[in-house]
Amino acid sequence: MNTDTMVFLIRNMVPFMIPLTIVALGGMFSERSGVVNIALEGIMVFGATFGIFFIYFVPDLMSPQLMILAAMVIAIISGVLFSWLHAYASINLKANQTISGTALNLFAFAFHDFLARLITKTGTEGVSFKNVFRIEKIPFFGDIPVLGDLFFKNVYLSTFIGLAILAIASFVLYKTRFGLRLRACGEHPHAADSVGINVNRMRYWGVLISGALAGLGGLVLIIPTTVEYTGTVSGYGFLALAVLIFGQWKPSKIFLAAAFFGLMQVISNSSGLAFFTSLGINKYFYQIVPYLTTLIVLTFTSSKSASPRAAGEPYDQGKR
Amino acid sequence: MKKFLMNAGVQKIFAALLAILFGLVFGIVILFIASFFISKASYPMDALYTIVTGGLRFSGLKGLGIIMRFMSPILLTGLSVGFAFKTGLFNIGASGQFVIGGFVAAYICIKWTFIPLEYLWIVGILGAIIAGGLVGLISGLLKAYRNVNEVISAIMLNYIAMITVSNLVSVIADKNNPSRTMPPLSRIPTLGLDKIFGNNTTDISIFIAILVAILIYIILERTTFGYELKACGYNRNAARYAGINDRLGITLSMTIAGALAGLGGAMVYISSITKVFDSLLTLAPEGFDGISVALLGMSNPLGIIFSAAFIAALKNAGPALSRSGFNEEVVKIMTAVIIYASAFSLIFREKLVQFFTKKGAKK
Repeated sequence: MNTDTMVFLIRNMVPFMIPLTIVALGGMFSERSGVVNIALEGIMVFGATFGIFFIYFVPDLMSPQLMILAAMVIAIISGVLFSWLHAYASINLKANQTISGTALNLFAFAFHDFLARLITKTGTEGVSFKNVFRIEKIPFFGDIPVLGDLFFKNVYLSTFIGLAILAIASFVLYKTRFGLRLRACGEHPHAADSVGINVNRMRYWGVLISGALAGLGGLVLIIPTTVEYTGTVSGYGFLALAVLIFGQWKPSKIFLAAAFFGLMQVISNSSGLAFFTSLGINKYFYQIVPYLTTLIVLTFTSSKSASPRAAGEPYDQGKR
Repeated sequence: MKKFLMNAGVQKIFAALLAILFGLVFGIVILFIASFFISKASYPMDALYTIVTGGLRFSGLKGLGIIMRFMSPILLTGLSVGFAFKTGLFNIGASGQFVIGGFVAAYICIKWTFIPLEYLWIVGILGAIIAGGLVGLISGLLKAYRNVNEVISAIMLNYIAMITVSNLVSVIADKNNPSRTMPPLSRIPTLGLDKIFGNNTTDISIFIAILVAILIYIILERTTFGYELKACGYNRNAARYAGINDRLGITLSMTIAGALAGLGGAMVYISSITKVFDSLLTLAPEGFDGISVALLGMSNPLGIIFSAAFIAALKNAGPALSRSGFNEEVVKIMTAVIIYASAFSLIFREKLVQFFTKKGAKK
């Protein structure tokens, strides 16, 4: 494998790896607080829907970087509002978290198609947008040899935001009172309650943070990888759940897991590259590689699961 | 009256009906809001009428035949999801099992011409059951022995199945023409139903599906085997303590769920329905409809028969909505809202019980 191929793989890994990290971190906050959020996929779709609609309708009013920031804020807000439904169902009403999450997934797909078909001029579910958000070169950093080429040329703002979120997430989870309380609610909510922590409120925080990050992650996944949003994030919400499990519910490991899945996704997309055609492996293999490796990796990492103990169970104060 | 309302089955039916009502109300709101903003969508009441009649106001008896035809595959994927739910597992992989089952059935019915054509569909169905079961078996084994979350493994298998089938389609396709017609004799027989409903896709698949539903009901509610599977679902450790092989139970549950979804695939792909193995790479929607069907039917095989009919009628109404300026996604949104509302069934039943016991105490 020559350096060109290496550089190509690493450069193209980033657009997949960053959203996976962001969304998996979202899932982490939710599950660490004790609520399984299977709706990540749907929240990604929902966030991306509003973010992309914003870009679709407000094309030329502001500079590209300002516009993408605004779209991100919109994606985050819509993600939070949407995940509120999941929080209400699974915390207040003690509903089955899988059912509520599935309903949100179904809703998000249908809602996007419904809106897109009514609003776009073509009347199809695809919403096309111009991708003007790529930053050609970051001053100073772009001039560093090798690293500059890899990480500071032709990049998206989202990459740096994603890394910032990673840093903030690990800090919040491990170094703040809030993080400790959140983790307590996911491990042993009764113990947390007995020392005066409001379990339901902490769980609301967990789910809403996951909504914010998943909404952002949806938009951040769509913008670099396509120019027409068709209301699907191709199973990335579920891949993010796999990343979360593979990453053992810990921020740093989640980042590594996301890098691994990002690499698999790039390999899957680059079967036409000279290096890969020279290997002579069937195209079919490349297509299934991200999904197959997920299965294999989970097979070998799941048995010692570090999943939060109370995740998935509604908190019942009267229960022993 | 009170006794009637305290019956768990009656409460479940009430909860399901309330969820449907909730979905309808939300649908009306969506229709009116959309009609307010978008000029072409200006007939919300008309659209509502189409939805409530299941689209039959346009298609009549023929439409009933189509609904029956829509119903059999989603009844089976619904049973698949419901069966897994009853045993404590969430089978989100019905989509992959469905498409693999359908492919194997189509392969058998096209290639295995050494079997007399009249019996070929039976062999095809058996092949689909085995193939779907094998896909389910993978998830089951991973869950039981390697503690792999069945939702994640099933999602991954969905994509692997979809990609595999779209790569294998060339095996059964004609050389020059990617589409081909199933030999009429090797399709699921119609027994004259196509004549009655004036629609050549109506066949006996609906009766097969209902029979399977009854069979699953009997297995779950009237056999030791079913009881053991449910015990594993309620509490795996307690089941093991009671001498039940919990790993075998989980593996078998997923295998049976997969087999049911695979059978659903056969119902579609060896019939007169025009249906393609999607090379555009989208997951088979029947698998996800199965989730809605199972949740609305509260995972009860008999309830699932009715919820499948309901969802099939909604699906039939979908395309007709364009006549009033809307698109079929309205129906999908309503379905999602219904599922969301049905997640509250537990709290609804609690409130119902509270309400009536309080009232009883006052007297």
